[in-house]
Amino acid sequence: MELQVNGNKHTVSAASDTSLLYVLRDELDLTGSKYGCGEGQCGACTVLMDGKAVRSCRVPLSATQGKQITTIEGLEKEGQLHPVQQAFLDVDVFQCGYCAPGMIMSAVALLETNPRPSEEEIVAHMNGNICRCGTYPRIVKAIKEASNA
Amino acid sequence: MEKETDADIKTNQEQGQPTPDNGNQFSRSRRRFFKLLGGGIAVTFVLQDAFALLTDPENAAVLQQASPKKVGAWIHIGENDIITVYTGKVEVGQNIRTSLAQVVAEELHVPMASITMVMGDTDLTPYDAGTFGSRSTPSMGPQLRKAAATAHAMLLDMAAQQWKVNKSALRVADGKVINTKNNKSLSFGQITKGKQLLKEVSESTSLTPTEKWRVAGTSVPKVNGRELITGRHKFVSDLKQPGMLYGKVLRAPAFGASLATVDLSAAKAMPGVVVVHEDDFIGVAAPDAQTAAKAIEAIKVSWNNTEQPSRSNIFDYLKQHANDGRGGRGSSDKGDVKQGMAAAYKKLEATYNVDYIAHAPMEPRAAVAQWENDKLTVWTGTQRPFGVQDDLASKFNLSKEKVRVIMLDTGSAYGGKHSGEAAVEAARLAKVAQKPVKLTWTREEEFTWAYFRPAGVIEVSSGVKNDGTLISWEFHNYNSGPSGIRTPYEVPNQQIQYHPVESPLYQGSYRGLASTANIFALESQMDDLASLVSMDPLEFRLKNLQEPRLKAVFEAAAEGFGWGKTKPAPNHGYGIGGGTEKGGFTATCAEIAVDPGTGDVKVVRTTTAFECGAIINPEHLENQILGAIVQGLGGALFEAVDFENGKILNPHFAQYKVPRFKDTPVVEIIMLNRKDLPSAGAGEAPIVGIAPAIRNAIADATGVRLKTLPLVPDGLKANLGAP
Ligand code: FES
Ligand code: FES
Repeated sequence: MELQVNGNKHTVSAASDTSLLYVLRDELDLTGSKYGCGEGQCGACTVLMDGKAVRSCRVPLSATQGKQITTIEGLEKEGQLHPVQQAFLDVDVFQCGYCAPGMIMSAVALLETNPRPSEEEIVAHMNGNICRCGTYPRIVKAIKEASNA
Repeated sequence: MEKETDADIKTNQEQGQPTPDNGNQFSRSRRRFFKLLGGGIAVTFVLQDAFALLTDPENAAVLQQASPKKVGAWIHIGENDIITVYTGKVEVGQNIRTSLAQVVAEELHVPMASITMVMGDTDLTPYDAGTFGSRSTPSMGPQLRKAAATAHAMLLDMAAQQWKVNKSALRVADGKVINTKNNKSLSFGQITKGKQLLKEVSESTSLTPTEKWRVAGTSVPKVNGRELITGRHKFVSDLKQPGMLYGKVLRAPAFGASLATVDLSAAKAMPGVVVVHEDDFIGVAAPDAQTAAKAIEAIKVSWNNTEQPSRSNIFDYLKQHANDGRGGRGSSDKGDVKQGMAAAYKKLEATYNVDYIAHAPMEPRAAVAQWENDKLTVWTGTQRPFGVQDDLASKFNLSKEKVRVIMLDTGSAYGGKHSGEAAVEAARLAKVAQKPVKLTWTREEEFTWAYFRPAGVIEVSSGVKNDGTLISWEFHNYNSGPSGIRTPYEVPNQQIQYHPVESPLYQGSYRGLASTANIFALESQMDDLASLVSMDPLEFRLKNLQEPRLKAVFEAAAEGFGWGKTKPAPNHGYGIGGGTEKGGFTATCAEIAVDPGTGDVKVVRTTTAFECGAIINPEHLENQILGAIVQGLGGALFEAVDFENGKILNPHFAQYKVPRFKDTPVVEIIMLNRKDLPSAGAGEAPIVGIAPAIRNAIADATGVRLKTLPLVPDGLKANLGAP
């Protein structure tokens, strides 16, 4: 099967029912996307599929055919951070940072469809992502900063 | 090359120093120390720890003498100007990689960027008992400061010698020693060039006073922040080794179950699959994770179950199986509670029940294990790399030198990763497979086979005089633990006991330990007593409190919140709670809203005041306090491990609710900076005020005085009666 990730085409050997998360992490060594639950409950594995946030642990390889996948590794362009990454860095959001890639990908998807979200919209959109370290208000602040950038 | 002199090396057996007998060995060791680190100067906190670097078994005996109580740390200043700090402490999100580097940068007068922190690697760092109990800031911080200050003084001496000038003409800035007379300068590397000096920290070293801090005390951003937001940081679960297999362990269906029959043939027949069966341990290693999962499924197995307690009877179970606790840890007596109660104007007795809860770190337990010529290397996320090294050494009957544990900055712990289960399991599989094996626990495994914050029963019987002063306080905790068990309030008659129980579920450390349970009961009881004597809850607390630091945070939180200034809106309530733990003082005020129709409880806003001495990094401290409040909110409102007959019933995020964006109130944090006091850790203490504050706010809004944690897993509907 083929997989288009961050603008590159890959031929992968995994079976068609394998989750996208496994293919990214174990086969392509794109380990920025994290495993947190494997059940669509935590958002640690969030990537973009044709610009929309999806939980890669719940997406079978077969569903990715002909789609463009963007992972956290694909946000930075020539050493230049994506504005959302920059805002998260400026706010110094995280503690352990394990949730970071999923949070950032969800935030990127939000701002792509809604460049000026209200606080309620941010909270509603991000609610599927867990930060067990509890940095939620700092994430909201970073998303607001990115939306004003 | 500078000649070794005895002056460089103090020999003092009492301090675990080399004796003249092993002096030869010592200088040999020292040479190897520098071979590993490169030339330059090194300052060690416990000189003995330098030997931990050595993998030579002949030095093992010397190693054994090192007292585990001593905290080791080294700073090495290389000829290349690179400053490397070696500490056995580990980073689990509490930002000590940053804050420890800050104190070193402060004392050495170097930019943050010139410091490399080597942490939690048993081959490279000195022994450390573990990163827990909020000890890194109060114990490791000052020691690194002293080591850095010692190095600073050495550099000045060396430069003065080189230039043949008086030290007073020199100053240190930006990694250089500058001669103020002629503006000449030498970089640290130039000064240490060709030298191999090893020095022990001197206790008398003078440190930069807090008021003069320039790097410490400021919000230096997280040192590896960019790695995290780009996904580049490798957590243990992200590691890959050449030829690595993926492991999986067959889990029992319930606690206390033992293997009856097992048929491994189908799994063994799968290509590339290695099956390991030793006693009750069954695991597989396979070329990919899917195959490993299929191999586990292919194993036919039956189990013998034994009857186990369930959540429905856990509190009775704990009381029935408790030790009487007299004279045990945390117990204390003062005055006579019988007389105290007899003299009371109002009495109040209550029993509080606290459920088991899970840490649920976002990165589940993971390990990569690799055997090479009888040496075992394991990468794993643990708060006790040296403890895991011990576990592995004893499990595989190896000397410690043959086991290396490397801890990579980990996807959090909250007291939940003191152990090394995944490390041992991965090592077992790798040993048989003769290839590196990675084992990552599933979320379900993490929720089931890790350990929990203990459940507990707390009985309080208390008496108060008619002027609102406490006269009697009897407090019994069954199973939670002794942390935070003592009342900070003044009471002439007290009896306090912790009664340990053999817990039916795995239990262990948690953020704030048992103080989350004890201070919840204590501060709930205080509120109900205030109400009995018709006093304002804050006023009642202050009246019975002497400890000025706790008073200060109560007052600051109340002030920030506007306590007493406004009345809560209908169906809203205000509550307060606080306490002290691990050298930190905290008080939280909370406003909650109850929906009278549905019984839903929403925490609207909280104000927390916190004080832990001199603040090293305000932004990161605020983040820790925030994290404690959000985590505390979960334990307060809805988190509980449900179990029946040895089975965990809610091992998924869909069933075990943790705080999310929507649950998070407006959080106001007030940090009191006591520059005159030593810095204490902050990862734990600020968690203790939130649960009682919410509980007391619910009581304020509805009159319902809850006595369980979690407070409202199903809302308040049942307590409010028919609308
Ligand atoms: S790992 Fe995909 S949502 Fe948790
Ligand atoms: S920062 Fe640790 S889970 Fe979000």
